[in-house]
Amino acid sequence: MSLTHEASRESANSTPARRPRNGRPPRRGAETRAGYAFLAPWLLGFITLTAGPMIASLYLSFTNFHPIRDWGWIGFDNFTRLFDDPRFMDSVQVTSLYAVVGTPIKLAAALAVAMLLNNRRRGQGTYRSLFYAPSLIGASVSIAIIWKAMFNDQGIVDEIGQFFGMKPGGWVGNPDMTLPMMILLAVWQFGAPMVIFLAGLKQIPNELYEAADVDGAGPLRKFFRITLPMLSPVLFFNLVLETINSFQVFASAFIISGGKGGPANSTLFYTLYLYQRGFGQGQLGYAAAMAWLLVIVVGIITLIFFKTSKYWVHYGGETR
Amino acid sequence: MSNTTPTLTGETPPPAPPAAEDRSVQARAARRKAKVRGGTRTVLFHGVTWALGIVMLYPGVWMLLSSFRPTNQIIGEVGLIPRETTLDNFTRAFEGIGGVSFWTFFSNSMILAVGSVVGVCLSCSVAAYAFARIEFPGRKLYFGLMIGTLLLPFHVVIIPQFIMFNELGWTDSYIPLLIGKFLAAEAFFVFLMVQFMRGVPRELDESARIDGAGHGRIYWFIMLPLMRPVLATASIFAFIWSWNDFLAPLIYLRSPDKYPLPLMLRQFSDQTSISDYGAQMAAAVLALAPVIIFFMLFQRYIVDGVATSGLKG
Repeated sequence: MSLTHEASRESANSTPARRPRNGRPPRRGAETRAGYAFLAPWLLGFITLTAGPMIASLYLSFTNFHPIRDWGWIGFDNFTRLFDDPRFMDSVQVTSLYAVVGTPIKLAAALAVAMLLNNRRRGQGTYRSLFYAPSLIGASVSIAIIWKAMFNDQGIVDEIGQFFGMKPGGWVGNPDMTLPMMILLAVWQFGAPMVIFLAGLKQIPNELYEAADVDGAGPLRKFFRITLPMLSPVLFFNLVLETINSFQVFASAFIISGGKGGPANSTLFYTLYLYQRGFGQGQLGYAAAMAWLLVIVVGIITLIFFKTSKYWVHYGGETR
Repeated sequence: MSNTTPTLTGETPPPAPPAAEDRSVQARAARRKAKVRGGTRTVLFHGVTWALGIVMLYPGVWMLLSSFRPTNQIIGEVGLIPRETTLDNFTRAFEGIGGVSFWTFFSNSMILAVGSVVGVCLSCSVAAYAFARIEFPGRKLYFGLMIGTLLLPFHVVIIPQFIMFNELGWTDSYIPLLIGKFLAAEAFFVFLMVQFMRGVPRELDESARIDGAGHGRIYWFIMLPLMRPVLATASIFAFIWSWNDFLAPLIYLRSPDKYPLPLMLRQFSDQTSISDYGAQMAAAVLALAPVIIFFMLFQRYIVDGVATSGLKG
């Protein structure tokens, strides 16, 4: 190829043509320079789009920053006001209920279907794609519109519900039913964790099940003694990721409630309230305090998952 | 494994000819029975899976078929087959909203999505090369920071970013929406590419180094061509994520003629009354169509990408 040709031309110009192996130290500077050159875009992005904004956000959370009005340092006022803010408390309640109830249901569905699909029958790939598809579009505005139409007054869910003796009126306008509706939307997207579970299930050596068969273990026992422990790293991964994701629902709640989080704050997800405060009312300092609180909570939850993982996550080799 | 049974029977005392015949008949019957059970199991498997598949697909199919229904027949209609079909909904959806046609929104979405793909492929592969192939002090630290941003909620940076872009006069432009893509801010893709590059044999770049090629050449002539599969996966996800993105355009864009499709849909669902579900459905179908087509074309890449890297949908 032309590569070798050009390379030889280059080596004629530059002195260190074929440096022996022990000639490494002098190249180190060049390596460092190359490293930073390649890393430059990421580094620039990291400083200006992540690290810098995080520090700025921390600073803003101690101010009453507003794009138009005068603003200044107010200490911990934002944080103390948050806990006296009934709408904030509602948003915390909605979001944590959604995360605590929705995530396990979603993961259970994902694991159940993954186990159903984990065999050598034909069509497995097709089924896998079919079940995965909702994960790709579930957070989109289009699906939020469909969901709203399906669960609205006189929508199909309302009609079917009435057939089974539920009260008419639809789920969208009923504060008790909006959260189940949102959780159903989340569970509908079980495909992404399912695909990851399926990849994990394929890693479990079949000999383990054969040995269990010889020992006369039943299916339940095999599930709790083999499948679940062997799958625990994957389960751990899915649990961390899905929990963090569940704190960040935005588009569907925004569209279904028309940006308001109603009825009776029942779809006022944390990020929706953050948006309302920060970008709707311009109280960016207050919103920054909310954002930092979210980071702290997500950090603590991740930390708890990681700290407790050694009690229930088995990595390869340990399981014997 | 399956032939353990015959050897076991072979070890039992040699049976008399009639008994052997009897046994082989029994064995055949047992095998047939097992086959039948296997058959019913397969049927059961496909039955259950299909039933589940129908439930999963129902919202999508319902949306698609509703978009061809007259508006007054959408709500309260449980069945799938429309009694009357019409294209009126699509005509209204194509007209767009507020004097901006559907195709303007569509091409805005396209510009953003293609821009994201280009930015992600270039910037993330360069950063991944530094992490995977260049040894320099601080690399481990930077890699750790990059991984840290994977789990960071986006919301903590969006407020200062908004203030910063506002000061720079970049709001109501696509710069805030694309700059992160060109600065490798999407750590998922960097991580995905680092993982891929670690699987590329080092002999390839070492032999190129002996020939005198620098990192720039190795990256461009050796690594990038080898990275085609991972670039495909990253492109697909970058495209779809950008296509579906709602929060960032909502914050940064003011003029309706710059809106991408999700913002058009939001206007549709806000402004048109309940009675115009038809146009909403048609617009939703049109907005999803490219993603669905993408998915059908590249499902293997997409699903395998999720399976190997844990990328989210």
